[in-house]
Order: sequence, then structure tokens, then C-alpha cells
Amino acid sequence: MAEPVARGLAVRLRQAGPIPLDVELAAAPGAITALFGPSGAGKSTVLRSIAGLYTPAETFVRCNGEVWADTAAGRVLPPHRRSVGLVFQDYALFPHLDVRGQLLAAMSHVPRRARERRVAELLALVHLEEYAERLPAALSGGQQQRVAIARALARDPAVLLLDEPFASVDRALRDALQHELAVLHRALGVPVVLVTHDFEDVARLAAEVVVLEAGRVTAKGSVAELTAAGSLPFGLAGKREPAVALDAEVAAQHPERQLTTVAAGALALLVPAIAAPLGARVRLTISSREVILATERPRGLSLHNIVAARVAEIRDAAQPELRVVRLAVEGTPLLALVTADAVRNLGLAPGREVLALIKAVAVEAFA
Amino acid sequence: MDWIALRLSLELAAITVVVLLPLAFALARLLAYRPFPGSGFVEAAVALPLVLPPTVVGFYLLTLLGAQSVSGRALAAVFGEPLAFSFTGLVVASLIVNVPFAVQPIKNALAAIPPNVRDAARVSGMGTWRSIRRVELPLAWPGLLTAFVLTFAHTLGEFGVVLMVGGAIPGETRTISIAIYDRVQAFDERAAGAMALFLLVVSVVALGIAHSAGRRAPRRG
Repeated sequence: MAEPVARGLAVRLRQAGPIPLDVELAAAPGAITALFGPSGAGKSTVLRSIAGLYTPAETFVRCNGEVWADTAAGRVLPPHRRSVGLVFQDYALFPHLDVRGQLLAAMSHVPRRARERRVAELLALVHLEEYAERLPAALSGGQQQRVAIARALARDPAVLLLDEPFASVDRALRDALQHELAVLHRALGVPVVLVTHDFEDVARLAAEVVVLEAGRVTAKGSVAELTAAGSLPFGLAGKREPAVALDAEVAAQHPERQLTTVAAGALALLVPAIAAPLGARVRLTISSREVILATERPRGLSLHNIVAARVAEIRDAAQPELRVVRLAVEGTPLLALVTADAVRNLGLAPGREVLALIKAVAVEAFA
Repeated sequence: MDWIALRLSLELAAITVVVLLPLAFALARLLAYRPFPGSGFVEAAVALPLVLPPTVVGFYLLTLLGAQSVSGRALAAVFGEPLAFSFTGLVVASLIVNVPFAVQPIKNALAAIPPNVRDAARVSGMGTWRSIRRVELPLAWPGLLTAFVLTFAHTLGEFGVVLMVGGAIPGETRTISIAIYDRVQAFDERAAGAMALFLLVVSVVALGIAHSAGRRAPRRG
């Protein structure tokens, strides 16, 4: 992890002040790396440092083998010399330019006669073909965000940086945009660094996560591993219950029941039908609050997913009356949030076989 | 109407605007975006001509430009003529007294551009010049227009400093506001009235343009 990958992005930032930083991270092409942490942790500062808008005292940034910044060697490229697409939290569109103008403004590297075609491609990509002549003020929040993404892509960046891209859009739009990004990032094949304070963004989208608190990396690794280990600070964004994020694939379709079977290792779950071919990769998020434990198989329930699991560990939760029970469904981790009272009544202890009743599963299809 | 004086005033105003605005933009951009140690002092100095009596400004300019001073002799060597009581001297004086009228509106307009928008220009691949041309100027143009109008109108109307530095040499330093004073002294009320009315109209139009530019939302540039 510490050894940066040659292709992709390698970043090392260190300074005592004014914004304390001690960060080392690597981001691989074609994957989303989440920079996760509370407000004020320095996430945006890291992003700005990658883009060259800010240079901490000790800075090293390398992208695809090209050194963008190395303060030790006295070499720091200005932002316009770095091939980076940055989507600002407030989008930062040029207020005086229409959508086409926004994109053209980021295309100085494209031969003049190829620009209009590229604009058309990008507008199609973000579904804004009808809006080329609109000024930002005449666009909705979601449309502005798509313009911001298209403008970042217009630069043909070697790395795409997203600063809280979903912070200021409503719930429904957020789902749609998350899905678009999930699909898009694979097609791009460049490292994507996503800054967020919302665990849901991490769980739905990211392959890797770097947890930042007060300018320091407190955890990093694959999202599936870290969520299962409970190493992520879930007390963020009002989420007090841990969750697991699992990489899974579509295992069976049941059109007559309008259901789909998705499998993460030994854990096979029925979820509302998703339109994806067999074998398609999906990301499952299961909140510990949605998992109920039973010692005997209950009958006559409306829920579909009852799986046999073994208790691996029982931990304190954020709330004193609750416990987090870590389960294993053969190799696949699962977390359940139960009361301390239930732990006593059911006689839960490591090694105990139980049934996990899973009420809800959030599914993100990447394909 | 003293046509020679009017023409001189227009020339003076045009030269002042053409020379001053680019310099004012550079200074305003520095003050707005890259505060440096002592930039507070520079800002105060920029506003100084606003509060100093014109005669005081004129007095010091005369001292600086006059043939008795070291700076005056140096400038005379550069320009090939003594600057006091010459049109060139008038231009120098006009540039200095107009600094606040040119710098302040441009600085305010530049400072009003959200920092993220300028950052967006940089990460979109724009260097300083392209960012100025494609983002800063189109967004700050109301400030530039205000600076243009205020400087132009103020130059036409400047009296005290012009009288101190330039005297009232016809065709050389007698501007229209000096000519009005001369005509009044000579009891030529009609000519004075015509020229005064002209300056009044110019000033009202200038303020109207400056005001509407200040209110105008940035649009496609």
C-alpha cells in the first residue's frame, strides 16, 4: 500500500501547519478511491494539493510516472500543467459561459477542429445534449453537477478528482448521479479520487478507502475489508450504525417473482429485480440495523433472506445499550446491531451458530 | 465654447484612460488576489488622492515635477522637456489623481469573482493570461467600465490639480474646467454656461453608465 503504483496516482503530503497534514495515498486506474472523513479533516486540501491549487510544505505527487510535484526536488507544476479534472463541491461553473463554452474552456489541448465533436460526445455522455446553449443560472443543481463533471472530463484528465459531488443534491438525484458515476468510472480507466463525509458514497462506489481525521490517515484499505472489520468511523453524517459493503455478482434472475439473486461469496441474497446480466458486478451495502438475529428458524415472515451464520465477535456500539455482532457466513462478513439485552437472552457468544434475518440490502450495479 | 480647451480635455482624458486602465488592472489584480506584506499600505496610498485637497496633491506634484527638484530634472531628461506647466506633466498628474477611480472598481469586481471559479479556470488548463482573457475580464467588465467612465469624467472635471501643475496655457494645459473658470473671471457667462452644461451632461451620463454597470449581472462576454 505504501509503495505507490507506477500507473495511477501516488501522493505524499506532510506539513505541521497552517493545515496539519500527514497523508500518503495511492489510487489505481479504473477504480474509485474514497477519501473519507469528517468535515475539516483536510480532505479537500488533499484534493487541492493533487490538483496543484495548494502546495503543502512537503509535497510529492506523481501521476502515471510523471512527477507533478516534488518539493524536495524543488519541482512543482502549476495546476494548468497537470492533467487533472476537478469537480468542485459547488461546481464552480463559469457564470458567463453557456454549457458548450464551459466545455470548450477546458479544451485548449484539443485541436480546434476536433473540439465541437468532443463537446457533442461529452454532452451525450452526461445527457445534456439539449442544454448546450444554457447558462449555468438556467440549469438545475443536478444539471450543473453534470456540466461540472463533463468539464472535468473535457480536459481528458489523467486523474479525476471529485469534491463532495453529492453533497448538495436531493436524495433521488443523488441515487441517479451515484449510479452514473459508478458506470462512468470504469469506462474512463483513470484513477478517481472521491472526497466524501458520507459513508453511503463510500459503500456504494469506492473500491478503496482512505480515512482522514485531523489531517492524518487513520485507516486505509479495501472498502469490503475495512467495513467488515468495523474500522470506519460511522458516527459521521448521522450514521451511527456500522454497515458492510460487499462485492457481489448477479447469480440468478427470477423474472416471474421480480427478484434477483446476488451472491457475495457464500452469501446469496434475493433482492428486488435489477436489470443486469448474470455475472454482472454489484456492490451490496447491508446496514447492521437491517440484520436481525434468531436462534431458531422463524416461520411466516415476509422477508426473503434468512442465512445461517456464525458469531465471530461482539463489540460495543456507539450507544451504550447496543452491541455490534460481527458474523461470518462462511467467509463473508456481516454485521448486526442488537441490544445488550438480546445478547444475554439469546446467549450470543463467539462461535455460536445463529440465523441472520436480513431486512434490506442496498444494491449498486456497476455495469 | 472653448473648442481648443475641450479638445485638450478629451485628449487628456483619453490618454489617461488608455495608460491608466491596464496599470490599474494589474495593481487591482495584485491587491485582490495576491495580498503581500505592505499591501494594506498600498491600498491606503491608492485612496490618498480621494481625501487630499487637490491643491495639496498639486503642490507636491509641482515640487516633484518642477525643474528645481532632482526628480523633476530626471523626468525632464527622460521626456525631453520640463514637466511642470506642460501637457505631459498634466498627463502625469492626471494619472496619479485618477488612481483610486480606476483601481477601486476593478479591484472590487475582481474580488467578487468566486475563488473556486478562478481555481476552476486553472484546473481547466488556463494559464494566467488565458484566465484573465476568458474568465476574469468577462466577469469583471462592469468594474472596468466603471473605472473607465469615472476616470474619463473625473479627468474632464479636474480643476485644482490641473491649475497647480499646468497653469492655464491655451492648447497646452488649459482644460475645459480651467476654461470655465477663466470665462467666469472674464464675465463671459454664456461661454461658461455652455461649457458647464456640457460637463454636467457628461457627468450625469457617466454616473448613469457606472451605476448600471455596477448593477448588471455578469453575462456572456
